[in-house]
Amino acid sequence: MSEVKFSKEHEWITVEGDVATIGITKHATEMLGDIVFAELPEKGSSVEKDGTAGVVESTKAASDVYTPVSGEVVDTNQAIVDDPAKINEDPEGSAWFFKLKLKDSSEMDSLMNKEEYDKFAKESAS
Amino acid sequence: MGKKTSLNKLHQDNHAKFVEFAGYEMPIQYSKGIVEEHKFTRSNAGIFDVSHMGQLFIHGGEDLTADLEKIFPLDLKNLKQNCSKYSFLMNDSAGIHDDLIITKIEKGYLIILNAACKDNDFKILSNLLKNKYEMVLDDQRSLIAIQGPKSVEILNNTIEGVEKLNFMTGNWFDYKDQKVFVTRSGYTGEDGFEVSINNDLAEGFTQNLMEKGAQLIGLGARDTLRLEAGLCLYGHELDTEKTPIEANLKWAISKERISNGGFIGSDKIMKEIQEGTSKIRIGIKPKGRLIAREKTKIFDESEKLIGEVTSGTFGPSVNGPIAMGYIDKEFSKVETKVLLEVRGKKHPASVCGLPFYKKSYVKGVN
Repeated sequence: MSEVKFSKEHEWITVEGDVATIGITKHATEMLGDIVFAELPEKGSSVEKDGTAGVVESTKAASDVYTPVSGEVVDTNQAIVDDPAKINEDPEGSAWFFKLKLKDSSEMDSLMNKEEYDKFAKESAS
Repeated sequence: MGKKTSLNKLHQDNHAKFVEFAGYEMPIQYSKGIVEEHKFTRSNAGIFDVSHMGQLFIHGGEDLTADLEKIFPLDLKNLKQNCSKYSFLMNDSAGIHDDLIITKIEKGYLIILNAACKDNDFKILSNLLKNKYEMVLDDQRSLIAIQGPKSVEILNNTIEGVEKLNFMTGNWFDYKDQKVFVTRSGYTGEDGFEVSINNDLAEGFTQNLMEKGAQLIGLGARDTLRLEAGLCLYGHELDTEKTPIEANLKWAISKERISNGGFIGSDKIMKEIQEGTSKIRIGIKPKGRLIAREKTKIFDESEKLIGEVTSGTFGPSVNGPIAMGYIDKEFSKVETKVLLEVRGKKHPASVCGLPFYKKSYVKGVN
């Protein structure tokens, strides 16, 4: 599996072969608060880099989930739809959002590594 | 950032996340988050800093009572001292400037006003009362609510005697050689109290409650608690475009006043009682987990627009989404099926009764 990469919209992404797994970062969940609703893209649908690919809602507000890369949705995590609190519990692990068949792996190049993201998150929070 | 209450430092020390609300820097939540804070209030005792709300003291005797009856739809002549009523400040067409709690006290009245409305209310009331009475919008006092099943025990350990208060009554009590005014009331659907206390004592008093097991709760949970309890929030369910009858709050208008009128907005109120209103406030239960926020449009099954959501969130105690809104009267019957438009798609929901969450009160042993 590849190194974990991060987007400015607070998604994380890992790639295995040509399939990417995408979720939202721990930092994002801390900003959102208690997540009580999740909506995921439809399996088989195509999503474009930086386009919306889902919604999370906390007790306070709704937020779009963006995809950091383009591709076809090959799997979605029904467990987080059924129990959205799982997203707060394990955002960068079992609470992944969707899997994509990558359209253009070079889109990964512009994403941040962990160190860069941590710095970005710290700066954007202050 | 805005004005700070006397508990601001205590909020910071307890890792509050702040928001600006009605010009005040207020805690939206603390480190445990809205859901935990909400559940703690329902099972234990939550402390709410509501010092941003207005505490308006108006001093006067029988003249004042008569003058206030020309304003509020209440039977104030027969209101006993230390008893409280929920009411509204209306305009001539019965639109609501504010909703409030008014308590008859020894030398007049204490009115608790919404933070965002209090300055405007003060102006309106000063004009209506023609500056005949001493009116003080007291910012030297904090207002601290303690809500939840353990609040009576915890508060009584701090201010002895409050356990004897009945719901919607209040009294002066001694606390550290000063007078505090305590009412048994609140806005969470739980038993609880609101304590009006001098600013210099507020932090120590709150810490005292925390030492006895109560926890600070933010405005976020205050909103989910009041919505589960089916209670209106000014600026959402209530504003100058809506009347108490449309808001389904006829119960708050004294019966004596409905027949005789003579208060601001009474012509409109009496007309609406006789003829009905075209829209009315209702509860809405979205199907599944869908959350319908404020301004979500409500449609009937033939996709005709019939209303709008005024508040919507996830109710931690009912463990599902809940909403309130206004709907055309003919669709207001409980269990009527409606559609909610969220993110461009229409989702099923049904009209339901209020509140969403009803406390099963345990009677005291005394």
